[in-house]
Amino acid sequence: MKLARDTWLIFQRQLQLLLRNPVWVFVGVFQPVMYLLLFAPLLKPALNAPSQAEAYKIFVPGLLVLLAIFGGLFQGFGLIAELRAGVIERSRVTPVSRLALLLGRSLRDVVSLIVQAVIITLLALLFDLRVFIGDLLLAYLMLALIALMTSAVSYGVALKVKSEDALAPLMNTVAQPVLLLSGILLPLTFAPGWLQGIADWNPFSWAVDGTRALFAGNLGDDKVWQGLSIIAVLAAAGVVWAARQFARSVR
Amino acid sequence: MIETRGLRKSFRSRAGRETKTVEAVRGVDLQVAEGEIFGFLGPNGAGKTTTLRMLATLIEPDGGEATIAGADLRKDPAEVRRRIGYVAQGGSTWDESTAREELVLHARMYGIGKAEAHRRAARALDAFQLSEYADRKCKTYSGGQRRRVEIALGIIHEPKIVFLDEPTTGLDPQSRAHMWDEIRRLRTEGMTVFITTHYLDEADALCDRIAIMDHGEVVAEGTPADLKREISGDVVLLGLDVAATPQAAQLLDSEPYVNKLETADEGGLRLYVDEGATAIPQILRRVDNAGLALSSIELHRPSLDDVFLTKTGRSLRES
Repeated sequence: MKLARDTWLIFQRQLQLLLRNPVWVFVGVFQPVMYLLLFAPLLKPALNAPSQAEAYKIFVPGLLVLLAIFGGLFQGFGLIAELRAGVIERSRVTPVSRLALLLGRSLRDVVSLIVQAVIITLLALLFDLRVFIGDLLLAYLMLALIALMTSAVSYGVALKVKSEDALAPLMNTVAQPVLLLSGILLPLTFAPGWLQGIADWNPFSWAVDGTRALFAGNLGDDKVWQGLSIIAVLAAAGVVWAARQFARSVR
Repeated sequence: MIETRGLRKSFRSRAGRETKTVEAVRGVDLQVAEGEIFGFLGPNGAGKTTTLRMLATLIEPDGGEATIAGADLRKDPAEVRRRIGYVAQGGSTWDESTAREELVLHARMYGIGKAEAHRRAARALDAFQLSEYADRKCKTYSGGQRRRVEIALGIIHEPKIVFLDEPTTGLDPQSRAHMWDEIRRLRTEGMTVFITTHYLDEADALCDRIAIMDHGEVVAEGTPADLKREISGDVVLLGLDVAATPQAAQLLDSEPYVNKLETADEGGLRLYVDEGATAIPQILRRVDNAGLALSSIELHRPSLDDVFLTKTGRSLRES
């Protein structure tokens, strides 16, 4: 119960600070909105989709996963600022749960991601996207797990490298191939065999497939449970690893 | 209240391809009694902060043992955390939060309930004369105000011991004097205070007992008065130009009342004598007879700097 209480305490504090400067939520959503408005219209002819709505069913889930990956991976920057201000060290001299120090922050990131995902979904509805609410909620669960994992990993790496200068190129180097190998912008069905073979080893590619299946209304598709399970396991591993970094000595 | 035996810590640092092991703290034995202000004095890099961070459970010692407020540092760090407060050197407040928010959050991280945390925050704001700014963001505070918030954070859970790492570094003289009063107040409230400092006057004025640390080791320990008494007698400083210094040194070294003599690089002599009042006339006569010109003569009662100098061979100011 101490864990739940401490997590709630840290979550409240982080959320309060975010709400004091909510502009970051909208800055985060700006880029995906641009993709939605300026890139998505190319898709109907490019994908040979029967209608604009069909094209959006393929594109929007990928866009949301992209948002979850990037939104999470760059959260570490805020933590480095906290490290520098001594806030982390101050927390570590108290008996507060180390796991809570991580979870409170990552859950704030999950909430902020879901708000962004809702904004994107609502905009896409204007472009005739239609999706069942149950499927959509399950897709949001997938996004939440992705954001939990990527933000935890980002915090863990931030505690290890302790500098923005190291974190930025590191995260970009990781994010770029992950992005290209997950079929986010265009489905990998167009990819040659070797590329698909590599992509099979990319967990985010499974997440994108699962989310697409949900947007297509195929709840029974194996890809849904496969994607959810893979991401859930990785999220748990990421959280455990990052919480250890909080427990270890950091300045 | 604090007892350490053989506390050690080394760090590995990499310079190019070589890895070097730096022994930051090499076997520190300390005893701090309940209700005293204990000062840890030494130059930057002496291992003060590393020792403090070990005692505050922030880094794990490589070896040695410590008991802090009755809890074992190695076996039960969680219990140590409950009983101590720690105020870091580099600050610990967040720009976008207010002092009240920080205090409430910090109290709650110690497991204190919401209502009680608010009561304690209000009381601390009052005690540290911060009520006026309580609901302004920390980034608007002056250095002295911010340091007071940080000390208030360190004691919000009413610990038995509070560790203050260089509490007055970077403060203007007025805020510094104010901070000394705050630290003395903590002692009156029954807390044991452990501070590090590299200011001699601070250790002298504030601390009941001090330990002098250099190169990871405690080189002297005792009350400031005891330590000064160890250096028997007074110090006479003679101002001479560089050319005349060796001759004067030769002249005075053989005098019976001079216990020890040191030459300063920039010219001038430092003489250790039993009693300055009787030595000075004799020194003047001797120097005058030899036809040497003095630019100044000063009598020094021993200071902690002299203690440091005798123990380490260096002046604290130059290290």
